[in-house]
Amino acid sequence: MKLFGYQLPAMSSLLVWGLLWEIIGQLELTFFLPALSDVFITLSEIMTTKPFIKAVIDTGQAFTLGTFYAVTIGIPVGILMGKNRFIDELLLPWVNVFLSAPLTALVPVLMVLFGFGLKTIVITTTLFAIWIIILNTRAGVKQINPALVEMANSFGASPMAAFMKIYLWAALPEILSGVRIGFIRAVKGVIIGQLLISIVGFGALFELYSQQFLMSHFWAVLLVLFAMAFTISEFLGLLERKVSYYASKR
Amino acid sequence: MRHRALSLKILSSVLIFGAWEVAGRVPVSFAFPTFLESMAALWVLTIEGTIFTAYAETLKPLVVGVLISAFIGIGLGIWIGLSRKFEWFISPIFIVMQSAPLAALIPLLIMVYGIGLTSKVFVVCIMAMPVIVLNTGGAVRNTSVSIVEMGESFLGTRRDIIMKIILPAASPIIFVGLRLGVSAGFIGAILSELKITPTGVGDIITYSRSIADYPSMYAAIFSIILLAVLFLNLLERIEVMLFKGINKGFVSD
Amino acid sequence: MNNQTTSTNAVSVRNVFKNYDDVEALHDLSLDFPKGELTSLLGPSGCGKTTLLKIIAGLLPATSGEVIVNGKTVTGPGPDRAFVFQDFALLPWASVLRNVAFGLELRGVPKSEREAIAEKYIADVGLSGFEQKVPHELSGGMRQRVGLARALSVNAEVLLMDEPFSAVDEQTRRKFQEDLLNLVKHENKTFLFVTHSIEEAVYVSDQIALLLPRPSRVSEIIRPSGFRHKPIDSIRRDSEYLDIVDKIWESLRTYVE
Repeated sequence: MKLFGYQLPAMSSLLVWGLLWEIIGQLELTFFLPALSDVFITLSEIMTTKPFIKAVIDTGQAFTLGTFYAVTIGIPVGILMGKNRFIDELLLPWVNVFLSAPLTALVPVLMVLFGFGLKTIVITTTLFAIWIIILNTRAGVKQINPALVEMANSFGASPMAAFMKIYLWAALPEILSGVRIGFIRAVKGVIIGQLLISIVGFGALFELYSQQFLMSHFWAVLLVLFAMAFTISEFLGLLERKVSYYASKR
Repeated sequence: MRHRALSLKILSSVLIFGAWEVAGRVPVSFAFPTFLESMAALWVLTIEGTIFTAYAETLKPLVVGVLISAFIGIGLGIWIGLSRKFEWFISPIFIVMQSAPLAALIPLLIMVYGIGLTSKVFVVCIMAMPVIVLNTGGAVRNTSVSIVEMGESFLGTRRDIIMKIILPAASPIIFVGLRLGVSAGFIGAILSELKITPTGVGDIITYSRSIADYPSMYAAIFSIILLAVLFLNLLERIEVMLFKGINKGFVSD
Repeated sequence: MNNQTTSTNAVSVRNVFKNYDDVEALHDLSLDFPKGELTSLLGPSGCGKTTLLKIIAGLLPATSGEVIVNGKTVTGPGPDRAFVFQDFALLPWASVLRNVAFGLELRGVPKSEREAIAEKYIADVGLSGFEQKVPHELSGGMRQRVGLARALSVNAEVLLMDEPFSAVDEQTRRKFQEDLLNLVKHENKTFLFVTHSIEEAVYVSDQIALLLPRPSRVSEIIRPSGFRHKPIDSIRRDSEYLDIVDKIWESLRTYVE
């Protein structure tokens, strides 16, 4: 949008929303929404407290492990499906099922099987992220221009070289887009896992704050979570746009 | 060719369910019933009718929430797509919501609205709304410039151009948004039953877990996932049928 | 270039400037389009020919200057002009019949009346029997016939055609060009025709405005005179036709990257 001839940055309206939040908070219209400035003050206070740091570390660890498995399993499986028709037909229905299935329902099963700790949350995270990565990688490999492969063969490329120099790069835009969406889902998976287990990470923190009605604590944690999720998504989006120039030129 | 696809589907189902059966027989864990035990439990739940009363309960917040989200979401989306000012103001909220782990809002919703139906409907709404709003907004905003210019050059009024050109052109992607919204709504409905109060299917899951009746627990989970997948598949088929030949634009997550 | 027309102008462009932010798309452009004739706007890509056409259509505002159609200054789209789009701009969900009648529908013509008119023009462009098909069931050439029928059915005096044949294959395109010549002869309309094909422009035009870029301007106006009334299948062998094609290429070649 333009204001007085200046192009306003895309997300700048969030400042207006922040201001609105502050005003509503200052007016003390509702107990549940403390002023934004109070939330920031609380944030600066709890940032150095032990439970908070522990929650961040626990969550970061689960997220990193979960996405690591999702990527290192998902991309090879996707490539395999893209290249081998039999494997593709065998797996594709299941990938599609798990892509649209409400995986939240599986968390109770994971809890009884793997306990109330890190393992369950990592598996939840992986389950949330992996299917879209597989599917996008497969799509990326499938759309590779056959002329590109023939070109590599005609110049005598070995299968390994063709794979490293052609397949991976030609499918990169789709793979990255899968990874981005997968990571966004992973963030949701981590939090859902923690909420349902409620004794680890941010789940425990929310439990603690909501039992004691510490509203500005609660909002402070939400703010941190949302900001982290948004940053991850924007960063991966940036990466994706860097390679998308050749995705559109194919 | 059809034969091959079908037999491969059957083969892969047999493989997966077979693996489940074998893993249950080993057993990999005391809490891992076999496939057949779980299906038997599902059968019992079905003939007892427990599962139907449970679904009536579970689907209530889902249906109400999705309807509200569709109504408000499509409205906001159209407005976003048509007005640059409104887009600047409102869409960042939904962009943040889209990437945010909204499940974290559940404890807050419980504090504000208690543990009743309202909270559950709210959970479904916040899950389903962003994708509906953003898809609708994007679809309306990205209507092919040339058919809009066509409408203008043939002297269409603004109203005509919106009703006869922009909305029909955007409807395939709006529908995709709705389908993804329903998909997210399912997550919301299940999450709220597991986190807020165990009712419906969430009750079967929680209760059978507490008495270690694992086959029933697995049966309930199996059935809700099956239901969601079948319903979303149905929506996708309707989509293909309705919009055959109309170019699809993007599909966002 | 001789034989100055005595008929009045259907469209006059007077000192039109068009800027996009800092970029000058059109610079002090003036041009007349005689009534009942076909005028081509020909030039390399980026010379502003489509911009000019859209300004005449009233789809884009000029930064300064004015466009006069039948004595009236253009302020927006009007019933006196109909546009034929490069990408056809058909409604993908509507039948051929509704697409052709759509211009009339937007003008509030009752359904039975507009469909009767549409039927006539569908037959005129050779699409009888395809009324109930939807665009994706048609070939590119047939789709553009739908676009043409839609433009004809609103009975505007001026037809604005934006590279109408560029998205169809070469053979269909030749057929279109012949049909266009018949249309110019039999319909008493003024045609403004944007193209980047030199042969096409010379083949179909009564007048060719050669546009050059940086800054965009009319560099030359050419009026083929000798072969216009000859049978259409002898035009491409006519020496004047060949000379004009060569001459235009001489002027344009330095602008082609």
